[in-house]
Amino acid sequence: MTEPLFRIDNLRLSLPDMTRKPLFGPAPRIEILKGLTFDIAAGSTIGIVGESGSGKSTLGRALVRLYEPTGGAIGFDGQDITHLSDAALRPLRRDLQVIFQDPFSSLNPRKSVGAIIAAPLLFHRVATSGADSRARVAAALGAVGLPRAFASRYPHELSGGQRQRVGIARAIALSPRFVLADEIVSGLDVSSQAQILDLLARLKDELKLTLAFISHDLSVVRRLCNRVIVMRGGEIVENRDTAALFDAPEHPYTRQLLAAIPLPEIDPGWLEAG
Amino acid sequence: MSAPFLKIDRLSVRLRRGGEGRLLRQASIAVAPGEVHGLVGESGAGKSMIGRAIFGILPRAVEVIEGAVRLGGTDLFTLSDRERRRLVGVNAALIPQDPLTALNPSKRIEAQMTDRLTRILGLSAAEAKARALGLLEEVQIREPARVFRSYPHELSGGMRQRVLIASAFAAEPRLIVADEPTTALDVTVQKQILKLIAEMQRRHGTALLFVTHNLGVVAKICQRVSVLYAGKIVEQTDVATLFNAPAHAYTRALMAATPRYDRPEESLAPVRPEVIEALSQEIAQTDNIWAEARLAAAGRRA
Repeated sequence: MTEPLFRIDNLRLSLPDMTRKPLFGPAPRIEILKGLTFDIAAGSTIGIVGESGSGKSTLGRALVRLYEPTGGAIGFDGQDITHLSDAALRPLRRDLQVIFQDPFSSLNPRKSVGAIIAAPLLFHRVATSGADSRARVAAALGAVGLPRAFASRYPHELSGGQRQRVGIARAIALSPRFVLADEIVSGLDVSSQAQILDLLARLKDELKLTLAFISHDLSVVRRLCNRVIVMRGGEIVENRDTAALFDAPEHPYTRQLLAAIPLPEIDPGWLEAG
Repeated sequence: MSAPFLKIDRLSVRLRRGGEGRLLRQASIAVAPGEVHGLVGESGAGKSMIGRAIFGILPRAVEVIEGAVRLGGTDLFTLSDRERRRLVGVNAALIPQDPLTALNPSKRIEAQMTDRLTRILGLSAAEAKARALGLLEEVQIREPARVFRSYPHELSGGMRQRVLIASAFAAEPRLIVADEPTTALDVTVQKQILKLIAEMQRRHGTALLFVTHNLGVVAKICQRVSVLYAGKIVEQTDVATLFNAPAHAYTRALMAATPRYDRPEESLAPVRPEVIEALSQEIAQTDNIWAEARLAAAGRRA
């Protein structure tokens, strides 16, 4: 067994509750992550599943250190990154990439697709020249199945599935070691959803990525993930191998989530059950 | 089966400045009282266009080329704006997708629910309030009086959707169009809301047109279904036939693309380009036949 890429130990995170902030003084804090412990093996895909308010997105953001934990520890590749400063994190950012849920609001509408993908390449000084940057943008577009000519298009000219491909291209252009995908297929039609999941599975193998895939929908995580964490109220209720979780879910909450998914088949008793 | 209350006949719609391209291609749908009809398709297929045609609120840039939308036998396109608004207001209601944008953030739930009843049905303020409170109880809201005094932001997503369901049924419409009413909800809340809509629809004997992109939802709540692609209904049948023996290649492709946790290897298959190619040809062919028929008809008139 190799050393896991991520070691999460008793991770806690609280954020100020601005809806209950008094006029003077600090807002009371709500605890969002209540002591999570798990590993992410290098080269694996972990699914993080839960309903709204479960803390799954907060967990994702803590993993890539967009949030600083209030307790516990995050180890990435043997290094404790729990409280690293922005400056100390900067060299690590290249290895910790995020694909966001809504590709329309996460892509700058005033920049061309080429400029969007090139920006992190230039920031991290991965691209050595203008020509190198253009070549890397073209390669990234090719990897996500978009024609080169898309570099000169703008986000509003693209469909939802194409925009999501641009988000993926931006993330993988840096050859990161870890990619967090936060609800990236939930806004898409079933046909684009299938294509994007297919693409992600292929890229993960080709680029030897470690992937965390956040979703509210258990039915999309089975195909892609080796392991699944089910969250509720800031806690992990179940953390198991994908096949074991789906074949014999242990926790009643996992069973409840699975039973609530409407399968595309006739089942007259389904609406009444549960 | 009683006579359909909603009858859309060969409705074709195009952009005013869009040449021959169509947004709807001779779409026909009939929904009887007490029946739930699913309208399935991907984004851009024209699902919302059909919804808007029923409410007589097609965008200005769009024109009807042929066809009719009948509510209880009256063709909406023959009415004046005023008559149409009255007919639609009394007989039809919408359960929208996003409960937060559908509710006015600066008005209490009470005013939003009763306005419609007093203005369209002419109820007195007291009658409207009693009816609205009764409906909130019917949609299983525990403290209707408290919800009545609340603003939309004070309620959860599921609660807001319950309020909108209550509002939709409050005026006892003969037809309800539910436009992706559970898409924004968590699965457990989605199931509760589907159950609620089904119960309310059965109890009130309403004709329900259920617009969704989720075939799983169709299987659980609809009796009949239309599959829409590029404004054309490619398959229209009862749900048992659709799920047990889908006739059209596009329907089969949609089914294969739908995620299934119980059969992962048979799900999430990307739609093959051949399927889309064949569909485009099928559509181009019917478009040509219609264009020729129109030319021939124009020739006869000349």
